Amino acid sequence: MSLSFSVTINGEVHAIDLDDPRVTLLDLLRERLALTGAKKGCDRGQCGACTVLVDGRRINSCLMLAASLDGSAVTTIEGLASGDVLHPVQAAFVEHDGFQCGFCTPGQIMSAVGLIAEGHAGDDPERIRELMSGNLCRCGAYKGIAEAVLDAQQAQKSGKRKDAA
Amino acid sequence: MNRFDYIQPKTVKEAIAAASAPGSFYLAAGTNLLDLMKIGVSSPVRIIDITRLPGLDEISWLPDGGVRIGALVRNSDLAYDARFARTFPSVAEAVLSGASAQLRNAATVSGNLMQRTRCAYFQDLASACNRRQPFSGCDARGGESRLHAVLGWSEHCIATHPSDFCVPLVALDAVVELEGPDGVREIALDALHALPGTTPERETALQPGELILAVRLPAQSTVYASHARYLKLRERTSYAFALVSTAVALEVGGGAIRSARIALGGVAAKPWRAREAETSLENVAPTPEAFAKAAELALVDARPSGDNTFKIALARNIVARALALAHDGTPKDIPALPASPFFATVGTFHAG
Repeated sequence: MSLSFSVTINGEVHAIDLDDPRVTLLDLLRERLALTGAKKGCDRGQCGACTVLVDGRRINSCLMLAASLDGSAVTTIEGLASGDVLHPVQAAFVEHDGFQCGFCTPGQIMSAVGLIAEGHAGDDPERIRELMSGNLCRCGAYKGIAEAVLDAQQAQKSGKRKDAA
Repeated sequence: MNRFDYIQPKTVKEAIAAASAPGSFYLAAGTNLLDLMKIGVSSPVRIIDITRLPGLDEISWLPDGGVRIGALVRNSDLAYDARFARTFPSVAEAVLSGASAQLRNAATVSGNLMQRTRCAYFQDLASACNRRQPFSGCDARGGESRLHAVLGWSEHCIATHPSDFCVPLVALDAVVELEGPDGVREIALDALHALPGTTPERETALQPGELILAVRLPAQSTVYASHARYLKLRERTSYAFALVSTAVALEVGGGAIRSARIALGGVAAKPWRAREAETSLENVAPTPEAFAKAAELALVDARPSGDNTFKIALARNIVARALALAHDGTPKDIPALPASPFFATVGTFHAG
């Protein structure tokens, strides 16, 4: 059984031909497209290390069959920076020491990008922590992570205001 | 994970026809099914991906004021729909108290209804489980059973239904629209999930090939919008299943309670409606004593299935607390930590 579909990843259209329907989006990214930024932690939707955006929404890529994504647009950590210029959320994680070992970081950053786009946290650190609870950090860098998300959100907001003016 | 055939039907009729093959499973977001396939608990021969079926992802307001939620509406889209959250606030809060933001972005309404128990023995192929493998036994009995059922369980199975969403839905008389090989029908959500009895492997009232099309909340249930709460006790305050939870709703008028709705989560193999407790609150003054009596009635049939006697007291306390909070009024905004009793800033009866 062969499954052919098309998916846009970080702006680039990929024609995919799968020999096995069991391939998840995470496995497609890591094993077939050499995009190893998204990490396989638990592989059961519990740790958030595999978080990517599908059509702009953050999801656990380990729990999504790649074949179900025909026509979708996926953004991974590899697609955030513009050349050598970090995305504001990436820059904020560096600024606030939002990581130690770094394994969960791509998922944390993609989740934060999704959170900011959703716009439900306001400036409330408690809401940010709650809405980031799907991303575990075994090093315990949560304090820096929450500060980074809040800071990046504020930076994006003020950036938008400047654009509007 | 075993190999399976993957098909993506274009219409509901095609999907139902495809599901007539033995070993067929409908797949929506897959946040539960794919997980169960990875650990070998589910082994579909054929996966019917229903996520591209047209017309199932809409929230429609009915002429009488009720709402029809399409089966494929994503959890987060429902909870953040402003009109829905205003009209059915306890349902929105329950949705936001479950899982993580990533899972809520993917998970669907019908998938939430159809999710399987999180009983560790059900998920462990090395353990005996009558639900997974009929007549194999139940290792949860006498095992690590502090999270298990205190209502409606049997010697054959003590698992609980893990949904938050279903708890206020069942309290508010939700109806499930189904389509199967024999046409369309609808049933009360209260009749969808089965108690284990001697056949715990029969988890729902769905017939082979039946597909959930939508969930409806009736117009009558909108009277509770201003006095409705969902409270959930868990091991940690975010991203955890309920130890016990409750959805309560009051219709208040002339200084008395006119009618009440009460359901419990985390206590049984189905969302547990407490009708006797509801009746006890009709046309009585909203006093701490009345709320305590209702809470007592809600748990009157409860008994521990193992090392979980504590859940009965927790459930009783949380029902009384939720009734007091609901009487004080639905909060204007969903709290930062949805359904957490630690963030229930209004309501004073329980504390006194």
